[in-house]
Amino acid sequence: MSLVLENLSRRFKDTDAIRDINLSVEDGEIVGLLGTSGCGKSTLLRAISGLDQAYTGTVSINDQVKKGVHDATNFIFQEPRLLPWLTVEDNIMFGLKGKPKASFDRARRFIHYVGLSGKEALYPKQLSGGMAQRVAIARALVMQPDILLLDEPFSALDAFTKMQLQDLLLEIWHKYQTTMVLVTHDIDEALYLCDRIVVLRGQPGEIIKTINVTEPRPRDRGSVELANYKADILDQLDLNQ
Amino acid sequence: MAKTLSENQAHIQAYTPTKLKSKPKFAHSSRKWLLGSLFPIVLIIIWETVSQLGVVESYQLPAPTVIVDELIQLASTGELFEHIYITLYRVFGGFILGTIVAIVLALGVGFSKTAEELFDPMIQALRSIPSLAWVPLFILWMGIGESSKITMIAVGVFFPVYLNLVTGIVTVDRKLIEVGKIYQLSLFQQVYRIILPASLPSFLIGLRTGLGLGWMFVVAAELMGASQGLGYLLVVGQNTLSPETILVSIILFAFIGKVSDWFLKLIELRLLRWQDRFVRGN
Ligand SMILES: Nc1ncnc2c1ncn2[C@@H]1O[C@H](COP(=O)(O)OP(=O)(O)OP(=O)(O)O)[C@@H](O)[C@H]1O
Ligand SMILES: [Mg+2]
Repeated sequence: MSLVLENLSRRFKDTDAIRDINLSVEDGEIVGLLGTSGCGKSTLLRAISGLDQAYTGTVSINDQVKKGVHDATNFIFQEPRLLPWLTVEDNIMFGLKGKPKASFDRARRFIHYVGLSGKEALYPKQLSGGMAQRVAIARALVMQPDILLLDEPFSALDAFTKMQLQDLLLEIWHKYQTTMVLVTHDIDEALYLCDRIVVLRGQPGEIIKTINVTEPRPRDRGSVELANYKADILDQLDLNQ
Repeated sequence: MAKTLSENQAHIQAYTPTKLKSKPKFAHSSRKWLLGSLFPIVLIIIWETVSQLGVVESYQLPAPTVIVDELIQLASTGELFEHIYITLYRVFGGFILGTIVAIVLALGVGFSKTAEELFDPMIQALRSIPSLAWVPLFILWMGIGESSKITMIAVGVFFPVYLNLVTGIVTVDRKLIEVGKIYQLSLFQQVYRIILPASLPSFLIGLRTGLGLGWMFVVAAELMGASQGLGYLLVVGQNTLSPETILVSIILFAFIGKVSDWFLKLIELRLLRWQDRFVRGN
């Protein structure tokens, strides 16, 4: 098991953001965290990543319990968070260590994957939102993380770019079998991408339901099966309950 | 698979930087020059006419041509260049000294809470003293030689550079720092790969403000006691009742000050190519 969370809780001053979250994620699995705004999805993801260390409970990655950022993980934020003074290429090489030549070749390969060939020398200010997010994706992937954490990575993009980048993510998953934890509040996105969807609710956020999506990939975004799952999830999220 | 992927993404619009074609750019800059110099030229013509007609006395305001004569005369003896040289030497000496001290202290205060608690209150307190008030004290301590002048100028340069750099360092976007954390940068790497580049714009503003103050302070220092320099020419002009000498000095101060600022601005444009700036339209 590559990622196991036990009794994870996080308190901010006098409010609990999440309480007693238990979750284990298999190698190569794509798990979606779905829930209404403010139920603690980002908080949970930041605890897993080690960016936030003020939680209680344990996060174990590849059987190693550690508070703090782990080598095997990488994070894609909602905004691209590119370093504005670096070109596309240098941003992608940001985390690479070792021989410049090898880093360079590797960066080129990932620039090609994300469809940005020819844009290596541009600065972030010269990129569209979708292109910038591609760079952010390449910057994380070039590190070949075992576990990729994504916090609403496509929520700021238009519908078409969003679909393209979702496909890109699946391509990469096919290639590297990267384990992914994806925070989203887009139910369709979760259904299209995830093997398992964890529904969080309330304040403090708690897991109220886990849904296995058994549809084989590639999935049809408009299929009846996915629509049924969606109805089920909407039911769970019903605020009247 | 990766190939088809990049193919179907190729049509996504790309913002390739389109270089302005040289012709409109030239037209634009000549227009700018024309507009900018229109008013000064008209002013100079009026000034010359008024002086020639004797409306103002020449011992109060000499005609532009008289000033140019004076400039040529001072230049021909080579005396002018010695004045310019010594003034430049003082400004840049003070500028470098002030900047170095400011960088060292700002790095300390920006990164260490303890250093901030130790130094910042004192620096803030010293800042509230109008810097020119130091002049007599420095002259008393160091005489009227070069060291007191350079120290003076360094004090003037120090504050803007220090304040801007500290501000730059402490206001670096937390979001970028988090990126550094994800990539497990050491503290040192975080400083030179994220914090310093991020505070560069504000540091450069500090440098330009500092240089401006440096020019102001060199005048003060040279007025107080000097036997050479453009500021000394002001004193000479006053004592010999020759306003043209004063005006030559003022014009040279303006010109050299502008050139040095322009030089820093070029460096800034080069270093901050990446910055997404607001560009004004017409
Ligand atoms: N730094 C913080 N300080 C105090 N409270 C916080 C902080 N970060 C989050 N919270 C609180 O924790 C709760 C969960 O926040 P979180 O950002 O994890 O929500 P979320 O599920 O990601 O929401 P969204 O879908 O809107 O991004 C909220 O009530 C929020 O107010
Ligand atoms: Mg969130």
